[in-house]
Amino acid sequence: MKIEMNGFDEEKIGRLLRLLPPAPEGWVRAAQELPAARAMLDELVARAEQDAAFRLQLRADLERAVANAGYEPSPFIVSELRRLLEAV
Amino acid sequence: MAVEQTDAQLVSRCRAGDPEAWNEFVERFSRYVYAICGRGFRLPQQDAEDVFQEVFARAFERLSELRSDDAVRPWLAQLTRRLCIDRLRVIARDTPSDAEPDEREVDDVLAQLDDAMAVRAALDKVGDPCREILDRFFCRDESYRTIGELLDIPAGTIASRISRCLEKVRTEFDGRSRASRPS
Repeated sequence: MKIEMNGFDEEKIGRLLRLLPPAPEGWVRAAQELPAARAMLDELVARAEQDAAFRLQLRADLERAVANAGYEPSPFIVSELRRLLEAV
Repeated sequence: MAVEQTDAQLVSRCRAGDPEAWNEFVERFSRYVYAICGRGFRLPQQDAEDVFQEVFARAFERLSELRSDDAVRPWLAQLTRRLCIDRLRVIARDTPSDAEPDEREVDDVLAQLDDAMAVRAALDKVGDPCREILDRFFCRDESYRTIGELLDIPAGTIASRISRCLEKVRTEFDGRSRASRPS
């Protein structure tokens, strides 16, 4: 009977495991928080569409307006919001 | 052994809006995306971070457009690859000496990373304590002494534990390979 050998011995398994170090924790956490960030962005854009004064605040100083609205103006939120507001 | 969930099952839970599923999705694929940015395209750390976040942002937005839930990994690989190339072009505009990476070289790295993900899945199935010991030694590059202290294991026994754990992973991997091979 011929036994088919798989090419992955223990040494190769070790080498392959080394190829996948963990991503930095902060990166992973930020990606995991995306759904909450999206909900926050939707809320801020909806408010900007309905509230002219808030819209002006965002255009004058986006980071401060986001903070005043009670949200953390993270780089991702600020850049995404800037992009979304171009359409408002 | 740990309970395993296929990529398709995980994607399906993400689509259904299960709040824990997205965390697991990012956890499962973060190393893969990170490795493509770093090993595949050798992006500087800041650029790699931007691409990493962009990949998951797009994946979150477009998960519903995925034709087959089983194909999520190649889909993510393709998305990451495209965004890395875009980023390298921006870098090359500012620093014209930076050449684009050789496509064949990138293909080779991606093939190795796919093998690594398959081994990783076998390791997850084997579960702790092997998963933790092998992850600390191979992926986090921790010494026997550090691992011993953190896991409260005599440092002198770490090498033999690593060896036994590798054997378990190989057995699990071989079993999965045989099961997935057409008969």
